[in-house]
Amino acid sequence: MIAEIGLAALWLAAGLCLLQFIAGAIGARGDEQGPVSALVRPAAIVQALLLVVSFVCLLWVFAVTDLSVALVAANSHADKPLVYRISGAWGNHEGSMLLWVTILGLCSALIASLERRMDARFVKTALAAQGFVALGFFAFLLLSSNPFARLNPPAEFGAGLNPLLQDIGLALHPPTLYVGYVGLSVAFSFVVAGLVTRQAGPELARAMRPWVLAAWISLTLGIAAGSYWAYYELGWGGWWFWDPVENASLMPWLAATALLHSIGVLAARDALRTWTIMLGVVAFSMSMVGTFLVRSGILTSVHAFAVDPERGAFILGLLTIYIGGAFALFALRAGALAEGKRFVALSREGALVFNNVMLSAILAVVLLGTLYPLLSEALGTRVSIGPPYYNPVTAVFAVPMLLVLAVGPLLRWRRDRISRIAAPLVLVGVVLAASVIAVVAFSGAGVLPTIGLALAVTLAVASWLPLMGRNPRRVPLALWGSMLAHFGVAVSLAGMASESAFSTERLVAVRSGDTVEVGPFTATLGAVEPVAGPNWTALEARIAIAGEGVDTVLRPQSRTFTDPPQNTSEAALLTRWNGQLYAILGDAAGEGRWQLRLWWKPFVTLIWYGGVLIALGGLLALLGHLRSGVRRARIGEAIAQRRADRESEAAA
Amino acid sequence: MILAAALLALAAPATPPAIGAGQTVSSAPLADTQLADPVAEAKAQALMEELRCLTCQSQSIADSNAPMAGDMRHQVRSRIAAGEEPEQVRAWLVERYGDYVTFRPGFDWATWPLYALPLLFILVAGVLLFRRIGRGGE
Amino acid sequence: MKRLWLILPLALFGLFIGLAAYQMTQPKDEFVRSTMIGKPLPAFDLPGETEDAPRLTSQMFADGTPRLLNVWATWCLPCIAEAPQLDALAKRGVPIVGVAIRDEPEAIAQFLDRYGNPYSAIARDDIAELQLALGSSGVPETFVIDGKGVIRYQHIGDIRADNIDEIYAEWEKAR
Repeated sequence: MIAEIGLAALWLAAGLCLLQFIAGAIGARGDEQGPVSALVRPAAIVQALLLVVSFVCLLWVFAVTDLSVALVAANSHADKPLVYRISGAWGNHEGSMLLWVTILGLCSALIASLERRMDARFVKTALAAQGFVALGFFAFLLLSSNPFARLNPPAEFGAGLNPLLQDIGLALHPPTLYVGYVGLSVAFSFVVAGLVTRQAGPELARAMRPWVLAAWISLTLGIAAGSYWAYYELGWGGWWFWDPVENASLMPWLAATALLHSIGVLAARDALRTWTIMLGVVAFSMSMVGTFLVRSGILTSVHAFAVDPERGAFILGLLTIYIGGAFALFALRAGALAEGKRFVALSREGALVFNNVMLSAILAVVLLGTLYPLLSEALGTRVSIGPPYYNPVTAVFAVPMLLVLAVGPLLRWRRDRISRIAAPLVLVGVVLAASVIAVVAFSGAGVLPTIGLALAVTLAVASWLPLMGRNPRRVPLALWGSMLAHFGVAVSLAGMASESAFSTERLVAVRSGDTVEVGPFTATLGAVEPVAGPNWTALEARIAIAGEGVDTVLRPQSRTFTDPPQNTSEAALLTRWNGQLYAILGDAAGEGRWQLRLWWKPFVTLIWYGGVLIALGGLLALLGHLRSGVRRARIGEAIAQRRADRESEAAA
Repeated sequence: MILAAALLALAAPATPPAIGAGQTVSSAPLADTQLADPVAEAKAQALMEELRCLTCQSQSIADSNAPMAGDMRHQVRSRIAAGEEPEQVRAWLVERYGDYVTFRPGFDWATWPLYALPLLFILVAGVLLFRRIGRGGE
Repeated sequence: MKRLWLILPLALFGLFIGLAAYQMTQPKDEFVRSTMIGKPLPAFDLPGETEDAPRLTSQMFADGTPRLLNVWATWCLPCIAEAPQLDALAKRGVPIVGVAIRDEPEAIAQFLDRYGNPYSAIARDDIAELQLALGSSGVPETFVIDGKGVIRYQHIGDIRADNIDEIYAEWEKAR
């Protein structure tokens, strides 16, 4: 019954989505007062409510393990802990597509109920675009990926969920990432509406900014969570593999970061109009391209998810319609947009344009590396592209970008003089030189980690320089946000460089009682004993860790899950302020010995702390912009009121 | 708990694998044993991170538990211990498996765009910046 | 000029769609082929089927007789499926050398007992050194080695009934 309610709600929502599209399209044609076009806002809001009902129904059938639902039978098992039964709802293709559509619908409802800055015609056009995008995904769900399909007779047992996915990190990582991916659809709808209604000025930028910021915050958190999950769950001690699926999440982030900064220029200075519009389309297209790459199975990935060529073909079709359509609209209309304002190289705009071009180039390199195996296979050879390609080639663009980032925020809009920022420039230069010398002198780090560490130190200092000469109490919230986010980049970069330069690894076969040295610690293997969990059994090693004032026991496990049968390594981590000790229990090595793999990774946690700081900076900026938006609206109202008063006085 | 005990018994070594029991682990001596010389081990480790495990999905042999990855690690470590340079070991494997085995694409007829296109990006970036900023101002 | 720039994103996107659509229609080739075809068999010296059996070396392939070199293992299920086809080839007079990967003499004896023995000789490759030297990436795989000890052909995966003629023909060609 619950499943039928879910399906019915989904169909009704699809119907309302069609209404939203039609009503919005009528509104877009200029008839914004007509009775049909007035339906667009209610349609969007009710649609979102129905989608939430539908999604809750899916959560319910997973929570109670209703095995008469095919999706539950194929992906869940009654023995799993409740939290993983629920998170299993989006750990598969159909459920995650329903989540995708639900977020898309919620975005529509939010636009419909909150967007007051743009005129009615613009909002209706944006809602039409949003509805048009959602329609494709509704068709995909209802025609080929129905999550509520029944199984007759019901299955006796569920097939279970991949044990690697039975983890709290993975329970939270996809929804966060999806909010980001789908949130970029709002940017897409807004720029499409901007092209249709020929509005591409600062108002559009200010209207888009909170949406893009919110999506970008989610993407940042989602990527950071995904990276940490891969780090401790896959058991290889690596946090980024430049795997196609990882790149699929990085590319929208890079595009969104560029978009965020070009929006800043458009909002403040009415420059970069066509460029911002194009980035709006590119950002959402990267979300869709990523989804396509992950699910079509067209590329080989360690994180391959819900792979099916037929679904791939469907998503490719949607991609062609939406993104192809938007780029065609761009080619037709963007030429007619008034050119934005001009500026000189030495200005805030100049620095931001440099940042945008470099981010776009990094995006292009990642896209090239990710897609290149497809191209070379079409030509008949197979190549592998990994860290040795991506690291140096992206660094070519990232290093100049980060250097400009150190001073860019100090520049004034429109034009500036070197002499005005001479003092901070010298300071940045001195810090950079000193940190390069220090790193080279005191560590044998390689070229890239050395550059990374020196840049991180420089940026960590430089990111707070905009405070110079300001009263901290009067610094706008948005500026605090940008400084914090830039500081987060420095923190994350420091973690990456430190991990790659200073990690030590010990790979040993030891008996109980044997001691190994790793980093500043000694590790002594105690007993290796069996333990049992709700749906797994495991061998657990007790490893006593001592040194640096630490005296603790790490318990890495080698787990065997029953449904489905699969072995996983559960790493044990000791987190200290200055790094992490990472322990893995391997196979029995004969004669009572066990394989242990131990890493000491100095400051590795900074990678993810940095990610959190970046997201937090985004949140501050979001709050700051929302507040100033409200203030601006109030001032506008006050002016209008005063004008009305004066007019009525004059009339009297 | 009984199940766990049975598991422990299973995990104990010595019994030869039964027919069709699935792949065993690599028994190559240097698959999971580091070289005594830290310099050689560091060289080997760096190379292993750049070689593709051929039976896995997009993993390096340093990151894989597959038996074949273990055997490949043994080849890398033993060859480097015997005095070969990492590039010679890589070349030995590329001779057998083609470019696919290394995550560091070389520069040849099949891979030149990987390096040429970023150069083009630099040019395009330069032109974009020049057009945007160069004539700007007034 | 300006128009051209505006069409560029659409053009690049079209290129991507074309490439992706083309690749979707192509059968996905999961095999990693050896690039050793046409090159001499790498030198090796491996223990035989049991501890007492004579060792196998690369020299024995240079005696003028073309052979099949079958990379297999007792723990590999497709190798069981392949056994009848290898038998058929052996009955047609093709000498087959087996290279058992990560295996034990007892398991080998048991396997041959149960599924037949098509091999003229067996080598044990405990650490896959010959397998790696051959550019083979899985079990089972079958190579045709000509009378001079040069690798002529590689078959990846188990030999099915309809592969027998093809492999026999490749072996004939190598004579």
